[in-house]
Amino acid sequence: MSGRVLVGVKRVIDYAVKIRVKPDHTGVVTDGVKHSMNPFCEIAVEEAVKLKEKKLIKEVVAVSCGPQQVQETIRTALAMGADRGIHVEVSGKDYETLGPLQVSKILAALAKKEQADLIILGKQAIDDDCNQTGQMTAALLDWPQGTFASEVTLDADKLKVVREIDGGLETIKIKLPAVVTADLRLNTPRYATLPNIMKAKKKKIANVKPADLGVDVSSRLEVLKVDEPPQRQAGVKVETVDDLVGKLKEAGRI
Amino acid sequence: MAAARALARGVLLGSYSICRSRSLIFNSVQKRGIAACIDPSIGLTDEQKEFQKVAFDFAANEMAPHMAEWDQKEIFPVEAMRKAAQLGFGGIYVNPDVGGSGLSRLDTSIIFEALSTGCVSTTAYISIHNMCAWMIDTFGNNEQREKFCPDLCSMQRFASYCLTEPGSGSDAASLLTSANLKGDHYILNGSKAFISGGGDTDVYVVMCRTGGKGPKGISCLVVEKGTPGLSFGKKEKKVGWNSQPTRAVIFEDCAVPVTNRLGAEGEGFSIAMKGLNGGRINIASCSLGAAHASVLLARDHMCVRKQFGETLSNSQFLQFRLAEMATKLVASRLLLRQAAVALQEGRPDAVSLCSMAKLFVTDECFSICNQALQIHGGYGYLKDYAVQQYVRDIRVHQILEGTNEVMRMIIARSLLSES
Repeated sequence: MSGRVLVGVKRVIDYAVKIRVKPDHTGVVTDGVKHSMNPFCEIAVEEAVKLKEKKLIKEVVAVSCGPQQVQETIRTALAMGADRGIHVEVSGKDYETLGPLQVSKILAALAKKEQADLIILGKQAIDDDCNQTGQMTAALLDWPQGTFASEVTLDADKLKVVREIDGGLETIKIKLPAVVTADLRLNTPRYATLPNIMKAKKKKIANVKPADLGVDVSSRLEVLKVDEPPQRQAGVKVETVDDLVGKLKEAGRI
Repeated sequence: MAAARALARGVLLGSYSICRSRSLIFNSVQKRGIAACIDPSIGLTDEQKEFQKVAFDFAANEMAPHMAEWDQKEIFPVEAMRKAAQLGFGGIYVNPDVGGSGLSRLDTSIIFEALSTGCVSTTAYISIHNMCAWMIDTFGNNEQREKFCPDLCSMQRFASYCLTEPGSGSDAASLLTSANLKGDHYILNGSKAFISGGGDTDVYVVMCRTGGKGPKGISCLVVEKGTPGLSFGKKEKKVGWNSQPTRAVIFEDCAVPVTNRLGAEGEGFSIAMKGLNGGRINIASCSLGAAHASVLLARDHMCVRKQFGETLSNSQFLQFRLAEMATKLVASRLLLRQAAVALQEGRPDAVSLCSMAKLFVTDECFSICNQALQIHGGYGYLKDYAVQQYVRDIRVHQILEGTNEVMRMIIARSLLSES
């Protein structure tokens, strides 16, 4: 048991930004747009730091895949309490097509290299809403997974995870090493304090290339077109309930 | 089934909700401030961007939702300020060995600018508190630093800066509060006016006369609340700055131990002025934050409000007005940050530059906020909209910490003294 936790953090467009589609419809505008850490990744970092504060684990390693700018995101994780960071360098075309399959391969390779006991990720990213990376990583490693976690309790090498599912709450017990994905109600991320931000400057961020981990980041998917959602159409007012039923039948809804 | 529906709503909300927010007031999302050309993080180091991010987050989550209530009910938000102190905002440029964060003047300016978007009045008080903590840290001996600074940095205790008197505002060196030495105590007699936090704070940094007339006869004493002979006037009713109480501070044969004197006798005026250099940067930073928030509010209103068949954002006059506001904002920010750098480097032009920055920034930012209110039309005049509070709160920045007229005196003196 190395007591090491890997936390994946993703740099995404800030939630408050109004998203605009590029004129050539190949994607959304990201140049000059404010980015920040994915909110669910913040929750994941907070959970890992909490486990370390309870002395249940020994080291929190923050990982991010992307170009130079993702180092900002890793620094935020370090300011929240992570011990060190790993920057997996992916840039240009590769970064544009980087998706859950590639990231999960990278995380699986890093987990083996770092001998991690636990991987905590956000349940999904707010830019692609994939909700796949955690599950794929667990499958590649053949590790148990506790996804949509709203409560995590660690006891030696056993993890009790309360999951938010469609029907309510499900409690499962899984053995380490495992993958957990954080849901909204897992915790409330802390503010970084000024002293911690300054301490984070001294923490190390290692640089790694996907090739070093033996991972091929080429994508099997090709994005054909990106469009805005259709404009909301005006509604129609009707006089009586019979009119309403008639209109619904016309539209083929009933 | 009901549980599933409730949970489904909860899960849907998950993609959009903000982790740390408690409540989203209707214009708090706009305040997150996404407008590339006036982005306050341009030109900052990664570390400064982190400081700014924490301050913006804190302002949006812990201050902005309450700013109107604190103003209307005149609440001194002790709990919120102590939360801010836990993040290191209680003694930003105070030495770490007594609990401060040890940051630079530029870092401090960036932080107050961001905090101010959440509530100008509270941020301005926090900056005054910081100024007092710095004065004790810089000019106090080790006993004084260890006695007062840790509690001030954690905001376990709050501080007030006492210079102005009913008879001496701009002519600060003519102050009359006397401190007569009797054994190992000074006996204070006199009163101070317009003291921010007065009556609710615990530690008073008081400039008083121990010697003859003029600045060289003034010393700086730290007076603690509860000292016999220390009392307070009524709480003043103000146009703005309502989240901090303002009262007269009255000394009637108030005995203060000599060990509470900062520096030597006669150094008080110089200590007070050095404190004010930083105070001016801080107050101007608060104006800057309010102006930044107001520009965004004005822009968002223009995109929504329709008259004559189109949104206000199509009116060339208003486009030009918005552009002028943005230009003045960026110009103010650049001057202020340069002044902060000059102060932290101890450059010879620091005092003049701080005065220039305070003068220019407070005037321009008030104009920006005022124009933002105008752009809102009738709605700008309603207390349901934040822009009027920014206008009211920053109006006083052109008056205190040295009136903008006194700033002109300082600059003119510097220009003419070289001839």
